[in-house]
This record gives sequence, C-alpha cells and structure tokens, in this order.
Amino acid sequence: MRRPLARTLPALATTLLAPLALSGCGLLGGEEADLQVYSARHYSLEEAFAEFTDETGLTVEFLYGDDAELLERLKAEGADTPADVFMTVDAGMLWNAGEQGVLEPIDSTVLDAAVPEDLRDSDAGWYGLAMRARTVVYDPEKVDPSELDAEDTYAALGDPQWKGRICMRDETASYTQSLVASLIDLHGRDRAQEIVESWVANDVQIMSNDVELLETIDAGGCEVGISNHYYLARLLDEDPDLGVALYWASQDGAGTHVNISGAGVVAGTPSSAEAQQLLEWLATDGQSAFVDGNHELPVNPEVEPEPLVASFGSFERMPVDASAYGSLNAEAVEVLDAAGYR
Amino acid sequence: MTVPAPGLVRPRTRRRLLAAGRPGWSAAVFVAAAVIASPVVAVALGALLQGGLQLPGGVGGMVATTLALTVLVALGTSVLGTGLAWLVSVHEFPGRRVLSWLLVLPLAVPAYILGFVFLSTFDYAGPVQSGLRSVLGEDLGALPVRSLGGATIVLVLTLYPYVYLLVRAALSDLAPTAYDAARTLGASPARAFRTVLLPLARPSLAAGLALVTMEVLTDFATVQYFNVRTVSVGVYLVWKGSFDVASAVSLASLVLLFAVAVLAAERALRGDARYHQRGGRGRGLERRRLIGGQAVAATGACATVAALAFGLPVLRLVTWAASAAAEENPFTDTRFADHLTSSVLVAAIAAATCVVVSVVLAHALRLGGGPWVRAAAQATTFGYAVPGAVVGIGVLALFSAADRLLQALGREDGTGILVTGSVLGILLAYVVRFTAPAYQAVDASFARIPPTVSASALTLGAGPGRLLGRVHLPLARSGVAVALTLVIVDAVKELPLVLLLRPFGFTTLSVWVYELASENFWERAALPALLIVLVAVVPVALTFRNPATRHAR
Repeated sequence: MRRPLARTLPALATTLLAPLALSGCGLLGGEEADLQVYSARHYSLEEAFAEFTDETGLTVEFLYGDDAELLERLKAEGADTPADVFMTVDAGMLWNAGEQGVLEPIDSTVLDAAVPEDLRDSDAGWYGLAMRARTVVYDPEKVDPSELDAEDTYAALGDPQWKGRICMRDETASYTQSLVASLIDLHGRDRAQEIVESWVANDVQIMSNDVELLETIDAGGCEVGISNHYYLARLLDEDPDLGVALYWASQDGAGTHVNISGAGVVAGTPSSAEAQQLLEWLATDGQSAFVDGNHELPVNPEVEPEPLVASFGSFERMPVDASAYGSLNAEAVEVLDAAGYR
Repeated sequence: MTVPAPGLVRPRTRRRLLAAGRPGWSAAVFVAAAVIASPVVAVALGALLQGGLQLPGGVGGMVATTLALTVLVALGTSVLGTGLAWLVSVHEFPGRRVLSWLLVLPLAVPAYILGFVFLSTFDYAGPVQSGLRSVLGEDLGALPVRSLGGATIVLVLTLYPYVYLLVRAALSDLAPTAYDAARTLGASPARAFRTVLLPLARPSLAAGLALVTMEVLTDFATVQYFNVRTVSVGVYLVWKGSFDVASAVSLASLVLLFAVAVLAAERALRGDARYHQRGGRGRGLERRRLIGGQAVAATGACATVAALAFGLPVLRLVTWAASAAAEENPFTDTRFADHLTSSVLVAAIAAATCVVVSVVLAHALRLGGGPWVRAAAQATTFGYAVPGAVVGIGVLALFSAADRLLQALGREDGTGILVTGSVLGILLAYVVRFTAPAYQAVDASFARIPPTVSASALTLGAGPGRLLGRVHLPLARSGVAVALTLVIVDAVKELPLVLLLRPFGFTTLSVWVYELASENFWERAALPALLIVLVAVVPVALTFRNPATRHAR
C-alpha cells in the first residue's frame, strides 16, 4: 500500500510526540532535588552524594558537562539558573568562575580549617575539594630515577639525553595548559618558552589521553612521560605488573605540580545554606568518599589518601596559584603554539 | 553534447515554476530561516558587541590545515562514496545485497568513538603495531598514525556514507532509458557511467559533499585525537584555554564563512546542469552481472570498506563491553533503559521536525518565489556548519532573553515553558543543526522531479497542498526516507548540544558515553556506545526495507 507521506508524516509526528507529552513532567524537570549541582566532574559523585543524602537527608542531583560550557550556561541563565553549586576540575576555571561573578562568597570556619589556603579562593568564592598531581612517570626497565633531575624535573626533560624518549599530552588538554601556566608563573614567559621548545626539540610524542600515554610507556613506545598520578593508580589497580613507575617531580625544587577539583555556591541560589553544608561535608567527613574512588589526593591534611596512592609516598607540592593558572592559561596556549608543540 | 540523451531534459529556462511563488509557502520559508538562524545570529552579535571580530594568532596555519583536510576528505569521500554506489547500483556480484546496506552503517558510529577506537587500534601500544613489532622486530619504530593522513583516513571512512547514500538514491531513482540508450549506441559501461549516470547523480554528489565538508569543518573529536590543528581546534583552544568566548565565536564564524563558500560551490556544481527525467521516478538500472575476477574484486572492495569502517570499531567495542560485563552485570543497570528512551525520543522528534521543515522548504521553492526565497532556504542549512557548542550557547542566549522579556512584560512565571535547558531548547538546537542533512536529501530528490510534472498538476487545478501530497511527496519518497535516516542517525550520535542544553535528570546515551570516555573508562563506555550504534542501525535498515528503495537493494 502506498499511502502518501503527507498523511503518514503528521500521524508519525503525533505518535512520536504523544509519549513526550505524557512523560513531559519527567523530561521537563520533574521534582527537584534539594541541591542541584553543575559539575564538570563525574567520577565517584553518585557514591559521594548518596552518602551525603544518607547522613543529612538532603537529596543531591548533578548535571555533568564541560566546565567552560557549564560556566557559559550559568552566565546565560543568570538568576533563573536551577543550579545551586558549580563544581569544576581546574583551578584556573574556578578562578575564572569567580571573576565572572557567578559564585557567592561562603562564610565557613569549617571550610577555612579543612582546606589549605592556596587551595581556596582568597575571597571565599570557591574551595578546592580534591587534588591531583601531574608528575613524571617512567619505564623502570629503561630509566633509572637518578637520571631524572630532582630540582626541576619538568624542565630537564628538555635535556638532549631525553631526545626521542619522552611523551606528553596534547595542547588542548587543560592539564598541559595549567602545567605550562605554572612554568610561566615560576620562571617567566621567556624561560617557559625555552622549556617547551626544548621538549619539542627532543621530538616529544604527543598523546591524546593519559591512559594512552601510560600504555605506550608500558609497551616500550617511550620511556618518560608526564601524567596525572591517578591514571597510573587506576591502571596499577587493574594490572599491578604494569611496567610504569611514578616519580615525584621537582622535590628538590619548587615541588610537584598539582591541580584541584573544587566547587563554589552559585550566586543567588535560595539554598545557599544547604549548598555550603554540602561543600563542608565534602571537605571533611565526605573527603574519602569524594576522592578515593578516583585515587585522588584529599585536600584536607587530616584525611589520609587511599592505600594505593599512599604507596607512591608522600611528596612536596608546588603551591597552587589559581589566579596565575587562570590568567596565564591563554599565554600558556600561545607558548605551546609558538613552540610548535603538536 | 548538443542533443540530450533520450529521457533527459535540460530545462535551462524552466528551472522554477511561477516566479511569484505562493505567498503562504514563501513566508513559511522565511519563518524557518529566521528561527534557524536566530541562535547563531544571537551568539555572533553577542561576540561582536563584546569585542569585535578578533582572530587569534596562528589562524593562517589553522585555515591552511582545515583547507587541506577538507579537500582531502572531500576527494576521498567522493571517490569512495560514488565508486561504491556505482558498484552496487549497476552491477550484480556475490553478497551485493547485504554489502549494499552494510556500507551505510559506518554512519551509525559517532566520530568521537571511531577516532578513539582507530587510535587505540593503530597507535604504538595498540594491537596492530604490537603485532607488527612481534613479527618484524622491535626496531620498527612508531608509525605516523597521528597525522593529517591518519585523520583523513578516519574521516573518509566515517563520512563516505553521506555521498554513498545520496548518490545511490539518485541512481536507484533513474529510469534505465538513457543509460540503456547510451549502451546500445556503443558506449562502454565506464563511458556510459561518466556521460550519463554521473551527470544525473551530480546534484546528489554535490549534496553529499556539502554534508561531508560541514562535518569536517565542525569535527573536533577526530582532529584532536589525530593531532591535526584545524580551525575548530582553534575555537576550542581559544574558548577553553583562554576563557575567551568572543574570540572563539569570531573563529567559529570563520568556519561559517568556509561553509558558505562550500555551499556556493555546491550550487555552482549543480549549476545549470539540471537533469530531470521524463515520466518521474524510474525503476533503477538493469544490473550487469560481474563474473570471475571482477566479481571477486567487487565483493572484496565492498567487504573491505565495510569491515574497516564498521566491523573493526564494532568488534573493538564488543570486546571492551564483554570485559566490562565480566566485572559487573550491565543488565541490572536501569540507566540503559532510561538513557535509551531519552536518546530515541529526542532523535525521533528531531528527525520528524527537520524533515517536515525540509519538505516545506523544497516544496515552497518548487512553487517559485524568487531569489530571496531561495537564499532563505539556503540559509537554513548553515547551522550544520556551526560547531554544536556555539549553537548551544546561542539557544541559551535566545531562551534567556525570551525569559527576561516575558518577565519584563509582567509574567511572573516567564520561565514557564521557556525555562532554560528544557527539552524544547534541545529540539530547537537540533533543528538548527540538522535541517541541513534533511534538506540536502529532500532537495536532491525534488531536483529530479521534472518541473513539467508540477506544472501539469497545477494547471489541472491541484492546489499547492494537493500537489505536495499527491505528486511531490510520492515522487520524493526516497529522499524523505534518506532524510529521516540521516537526521535520526545524526541526532542519536549528537553530543555537544544535548550536553549543554539538557535539563537535570535528562541523559542520553551519547552524554553517558562521553561522561565515561572523558575519564578514559572505555570498557564501561563500550556498551552504551554499542547501543548508540544499534539505535542508529535501525533506521538505516528500515530505509532499505522501504518500498521506495527496495529495488535499489
């Protein structure tokens, strides 16, 4: 039978729209949770929030997205935003959110006590809640850790002895950008430019994700790389025989580069007290639930990291300068561009 | 050629009917164009007001890379797409029926999955190079997988189905008369293909290439995986690396300029050469049976492409999914049903909407109306060339402006239906992005309906509505089916729009895959990724069961 599409199409459209209309409430929002979180972070949120609900009776719902896009959404929504908390995974982005005025100051002695000073906003707009180290990893069969420079490990990977032996992440990765921003902060732009150029001169292999980088080292494709500590922990958790070891970078110098996941209370939310309660819980009682699932480091010095991460040993970290990472990120991209890092 | 082949007419002077058009239908075109352009205009205006047109350094290199990649992929997809369409439409060889629809399936695999799968298969630690090293020894070194060449290969394998589908639909609508006449008059099959079939398929080839080019221009996943610095990587770097939305949008408008150039080129390529057939849609060509080595080669070529572009990624995903399922039984997870429902609902509604819009556009154009109506219709396709995230920001800006307007007008609950991040927003954004593929498919189909047929119907007293229902739609059925398929497939795969605009509690399969993949949980992401592929395969399979295209199998 050949029914003209003119008749079929409206019928089809009606059929398709009917379930939407019926389930409309569910799709268009439904009943709201007590707290709604815009989050650029996904790992172990379900577990941590479920635990928070158990302890406090407050329900939490989160909407995952890219951090720069969520920030644009917050700005566009203005006072109408459904979000109470904005959570993101980069100190520079936290600083940027503060600058854009989407966060409101928090007055909390609990948070001030739990979170070290360099891991929170001086205006109390946001607080770091989990920490990750971006450090050097190597193939223990080919590299002796004594070959690595303990004073400025990152810069020394530009030494000619590493030619053809190093691999790093691509320049679109915020990890790369904030590491280079920290080098600019530490050494000035000219020296940072030289460092990146020396990596490029060493034929650095560029990888599109940290897991690929670690697997390439394991397979013998390169000998030394820069990776987040938790990706190595995750791979070691799955395969304890993985042929990659961790080296805490720059321990005799400025310390290992770290970055934070953190959160702030969205300006104008009617639930700021509950939002603050959530942040306080995440920084104290909920620290382990929040960081352990992803092998991250607690920001609260009172809380121990989980055993696998603890087995990497303790280390000195480079103080986090969020305003520098945020304001220097653009320069970092320029430096990477100019060096032909790709 | 001074005398057109029998069965072909070249109505140079009768391309459109009544120049005045029908006001109602013309108005519909303008409304559609305005609605579709508004988010992009909103965001572009916002950027202009914020900082003027400012392009970051290194733009020259990005533009050159983008051009190189676009040209390479366009060449690759036209050769592969047209060649395969010709093989399966004009020849008979073992496995042709199955292969002819397996070859469409790569469309169902999202680029963000395919890029990763290819890279993890072919990079240093992947099975291919590991295998080579174990055979050839460790001295092999690293193969240059991450390169313009690598990205080109992956994009050609992902995108050739656009060309293949549209050209094949064109060939299947053909009346055999012209081709048969050419053959009878002594033309070799190759010459008959070149002089008869290719000109007839040219509007479809052009439409397919336009889609391919726009996909390449807005692709971020593949170029990022393969370390190719196109303009869209620049948009990402400027936006997310420098927190500079204004510059990012300026850069995105550069992409848009590219697209305008491409579409102008497409029109030029269709150009004066408008070939219609007498007597409407034909029954396709009589296929020539290939034997011996030729048959083996034809089967082999189609099977290789299908295996590389679809078989390999699916096999990798299945392996990962199995190893994830070994740890945790996925069938107890209710999220599969939830997210699947969301994906299917949004995709189906978006597809229906886009196709209705496209049919209205194509029909209105057929009724005439002049250059402005044509330009407006063309403008509805530009959304496809704007990166998804930019469209998303535009919709947000538009909705929040509407909200504020309603509140200013005294409606306290101005946020009612216009609440930001509603499913309505997602749908609008989808229509902005995906009217192009639907329109290209429908319009290419309309282009093959002779204007004389439309004119006869109107002369005999049919109104425009009746003309649409009784003449145009039945004749353009294969195009409509292809349009529905393309949009459903695109919408199920779509990521940046739904990620940015969805309300709380609304997660599609693609968002779920992205959540897991962005943290490198590829094994856990494999099963939802396979579900996306599966959902996209269904309309592809159905299109091939449709009576309108049955004879093309």
